[in-house]
Amino acid sequence: MMWASWSDFWAMGGYGLYVWGSYGAVALALLLEVRSAAYRQRKALAQILEQAQDIDL
Amino acid sequence: MKNIQWFHWAAPQTFYPLAGKLWGPFAVAAALLALAALWLGFFVAPTDFQQGEGYRIIFVHVPASWMSMVIYLAMAFWAFLGFSFNTRLSGMMAQALAPTGALFTFLSLWTGALWGKPMWGAWWVWDARLTSELILFFLYMGYIALTSAIDDPRRADKAGGLLALVGAVNVPIIYFSVKWWNTLHQGASVSITKGSSMAQTMLWAMLLMALAFWAYAIAMAFYRVRSIILERERHTRWAQELAA
Repeated sequence: MMWASWSDFWAMGGYGLYVWGSYGAVALALLLEVRSAAYRQRKALAQILEQAQDIDL
Repeated sequence: MKNIQWFHWAAPQTFYPLAGKLWGPFAVAAALLALAALWLGFFVAPTDFQQGEGYRIIFVHVPASWMSMVIYLAMAFWAFLGFSFNTRLSGMMAQALAPTGALFTFLSLWTGALWGKPMWGAWWVWDARLTSELILFFLYMGYIALTSAIDDPRRADKAGGLLALVGAVNVPIIYFSVKWWNTLHQGASVSITKGSSMAQTMLWAMLLMALAFWAYAIAMAFYRVRSIILERERHTRWAQELAA
């Protein structure tokens, strides 16, 4: 194991800001994309239902 | 060998359930591969003798950059199929890929800036590699803006397809920019002719992350194309029965 402790791990040999800034951005971006895609799918389904009800009336 | 009926699957109605079955396994594969890559990248790969721990940005920077180019080529491929066979699904697939491609391009630039600052002393330089990658980002944004600005989806597909095909010229420019011009950006970490210039575990961490991003992009494309199909087919009977 190359890390003496967790604080050693988070410090990344002084590059913590750059390394975690990169990985954090990737994680956040993918999370937001997944959420927005799920929202779009729900909206598309809801839109069809709404319009089907209009026809029934 | 059994003949696959490609045009059968090119119908949005038949492709919708197929994409619904496919996105899940790719999402699971992406998560598992990413976990393996993170383990290798942070707990197995040794410290770099020149860049210390800062080099570990490579495990997301290079895969994100690869995906930014691969996804654009995939969009151009679908656009080409769309022009060749006039299938509706092609344009939908191209549009389903664009947001993910734009995202990976942004991440490539972002992680590159965070790597450039400690190693080069600058967040950004106007060198050939960085500039051509920025142009790729604008191409994605242009594609998304163009296709969403045209109301008729078939015309949007055609206009976007043309942009995707013309813009594909930029991809080899990005890839070979470090060879063609004198740049600050380092050369290829992995090359077909010379093999890898990295330690084995570093290489594996990077390749596993690339596979994870690849699986993620496929899962997202299959997931998003379903929304696009529903949005366009909302007046059809099958879509209404499906939503009910």
